[in-house]
Amino acid sequence: MNFELWEEKLKANTNKIFNFIMLNPKLKLNPKIFSLGCEQVPTRKGFGEGLLKAGELDKNVVALCADLTESTMMNLFADKFPDRFVQVGVAEQNLVTVASGLSAMGKIPFCSSYAMFSPGRNWEQIRTTIAYNGRKVVIVGSHSGISVGADGGTHQALEDVALMRVLPNTDVISPCDAIEAKKATLALAKTPKPAYLRLFREKTPVVTTEETSFEPGKAQIFWLPDVGLAQVGIIVSGGLMHLALLAAKELEAEGIKTKVMNLATIKPIDTDAILELAKECKAMVTIEEHQVAGGMGSAVAEVLVESFPVPIEFIGVRDKFGQSGTPDELIEKYGLGKDSIKKAVKKVLKRKV
Amino acid sequence: MLTEKKILELEQKANDIRISVIEMLLEAGSGHSAGSLGMADIFTILFFHILKHDPKNPFWEGRDRLILSNGHIAPVYYATMAHAGYFPIEELKTLRKFGTRLQGHPHREYMPWLETSSGPLGSGLSQAVGMALADRMDCGADTHRFIYCLMSDGELDEGNSWEAAMLAGKHKLRNLIAVVDRNNIQIEGFTEDIMPLEPLSDKWRAFNWHVIETVGHDFKSLNEAFEEAQAIFEKPTVIIAHTVPGQGVDFMEHDFKWHGIPPGIRDMTGEPSKEEQGKLALRELRTLGGKIKSEHQ
Repeated sequence: MNFELWEEKLKANTNKIFNFIMLNPKLKLNPKIFSLGCEQVPTRKGFGEGLLKAGELDKNVVALCADLTESTMMNLFADKFPDRFVQVGVAEQNLVTVASGLSAMGKIPFCSSYAMFSPGRNWEQIRTTIAYNGRKVVIVGSHSGISVGADGGTHQALEDVALMRVLPNTDVISPCDAIEAKKATLALAKTPKPAYLRLFREKTPVVTTEETSFEPGKAQIFWLPDVGLAQVGIIVSGGLMHLALLAAKELEAEGIKTKVMNLATIKPIDTDAILELAKECKAMVTIEEHQVAGGMGSAVAEVLVESFPVPIEFIGVRDKFGQSGTPDELIEKYGLGKDSIKKAVKKVLKRKV
Repeated sequence: MLTEKKILELEQKANDIRISVIEMLLEAGSGHSAGSLGMADIFTILFFHILKHDPKNPFWEGRDRLILSNGHIAPVYYATMAHAGYFPIEELKTLRKFGTRLQGHPHREYMPWLETSSGPLGSGLSQAVGMALADRMDCGADTHRFIYCLMSDGELDEGNSWEAAMLAGKHKLRNLIAVVDRNNIQIEGFTEDIMPLEPLSDKWRAFNWHVIETVGHDFKSLNEAFEEAQAIFEKPTVIIAHTVPGQGVDFMEHDFKWHGIPPGIRDMTGEPSKEEQGKLALRELRTLGGKIKSEHQ
C-alpha cells in the first residue's frame, strides 16, 4: 500500500468514520480493521509463508516437524525443500534435540508442533540442548491459547509463554496476525539466539499490512487518542489484538481515552516503551490468551513494579484448564472478550490514584 | 591398523587418564567414579587413535564430532581432552570448583569446543542424529566425517534415546556411530533389576541398526569394532561395549555404589576406609595393579 494514498484515504474518511483516525497512522495498519469484511487469516499461515521465504533466502534454514506438517503450515517449506526437511514422527523430545544437533553443524532449524507438545512436553530438552547449550533453534508452537476450540483442554496451551520466557538466552515472540507472523519468522531466521514463536490455530483479523514496520524487541502503539493523553494503557500480545481495538473504539465513544500497544516480542521485553506508556496513563490492562500466572502480563508487571508501579488489570485465563467449544464461546467463558476488556479498563481507571 | 607398540602406548595413556580421574575426584570431593573409570579405555582409543581431530584447532570443520550423552562421566572426558592437549593437565584440579571451565556436567558456554552440554540423560543420541543429518545434507553419501555418540546403558531407560534410534534407522545414517557403555549398573542398582534392557542387541537390531558387541577394555577388539562400524554403509552402527564399572580400581569394580560418588568421602561396609580409598586407588593404578614395583607418577 502506498503511504500517501493511505494518508489521503485517512483524511477523506476523517469525518465519515470517526474511529478510523485513532489507528496510529505511522504504522499503516489495515484500514478495513473495523469493517465486517476485514480479512481473517491464521497466524500459522503467515509462519508457513515466512519459513518458505526464509528458506529461499538462506540455504542453511532447515525445518523439522513432529507429524503436524500441514496443520503448522510447514508443508509449504517441506514441499519446496524436501532435502532440508526432517519428519521425526510423533516424538517432540527428538524434534528439538535433533534440531540442536543440526544447529551445531551450522544449520538454522525451525521445529514446529502444537505448543502443548513443544514446548509443553519437551521443555527440559529445549532448556538443556538449546537454551543452555547456546544453539540457535526456533521452536514454533502452533495451536496455543484457548481459541484452539473444539479439541478441548488437552490441546489448549495456556502455559507456553511462561515456560519459554523463563529460559535464559531465549527470545519469545507472539505475533498479533498472519502478516506479523510472517515478518517475525523472517526476522527469527536471522537472529543468533534460540527463540520461541507462538502461533494460533484460528483465523484472526489481519490488523497490520505488509507496510507496517516490524522489529523484534520493539513494541508499537496501534491505537491512540486523537488529542490529549490516554487514561489507560492496554498491552496486547497475540490474536486478541482485534478485540482490544474494538474495545478501545467503543471506550473512546464512551469518552475513555486509551492507547493500545502491540507487544509482539515478550522477551526481550521493550522496557522503555512500557514505562513510557505507564507514565502517560498511570493505569494498565494486559491482554493475552494465556494463564495470568507467568504470561506476558506478568512480564509487564515485573517491569512496572521495579520502576514505575501503576495499577494493572490482567486479561487472561485464571488458573483454569480449557474445554471444548467454539473459539468465541471460550473467549467469552474465560473472560477474554471485548466486554471483559472494557470492564477491566473501567476497573483500573477507578483504581488510579 | 593398531600395532603392538601402539597398543602399549594406549594402555599407558589410559592408565594416566585413570590416575587423573581419581586425582580430580579426590580434589573435587564429589563426582562419578565408576563410569569414568569404566570408559577410560574407550575415551583413550577415540582421542588417541580413532577420531579425526586437532586439539590445537578444535573448531576445524572437517573434524569428527563426539557427543558425550551421559555428561556425568565428565571427569574422564576432561582428563582425556587434557591429556590430548586441549587444555593444561593442571587445570583438571579445578573440576567442579567455582569459576572453573570444568563444570560438574559439561557446559559448552565455559568450554566452547565441547560439542554439546550434557547431564540430563537420553538426549545426546538425538543431537548426534541431527549432526549426522546435517553432515549428509552438506556432503551427501560422500561424507568423510563420523559422528560418535557415547552413551550409558542406564540412559536407555529414557524414551528420547529410542526416538533418536528410530530416526537414525529411518535415515540409514552410516556416518553415525553410537557406543553404549554396557556396565550393567545405574545409580540405584543393576540395570537388569531397575529396568531390564536385555535383549539389548535385539532391540537395536529391531530399530534397524548394525550392532557390534565387544569388550570395552581391549584395544584390539575396540579398534576392530570401530573399523567395522566405519565400514558399514547401509546403517548406523551401535557398539555395545561391555565394560567393568570402576575398571582399574579393584574395590570399585562391578559395584554400583561407586556410580555417583568419588573416593574419600564415605565409609561403606566392605570397602576400604574413606581415608584409604584414594591412596589405594592411586597406588593400584600407579603400579598397574601390582605389575610394577615402584609407583610412577
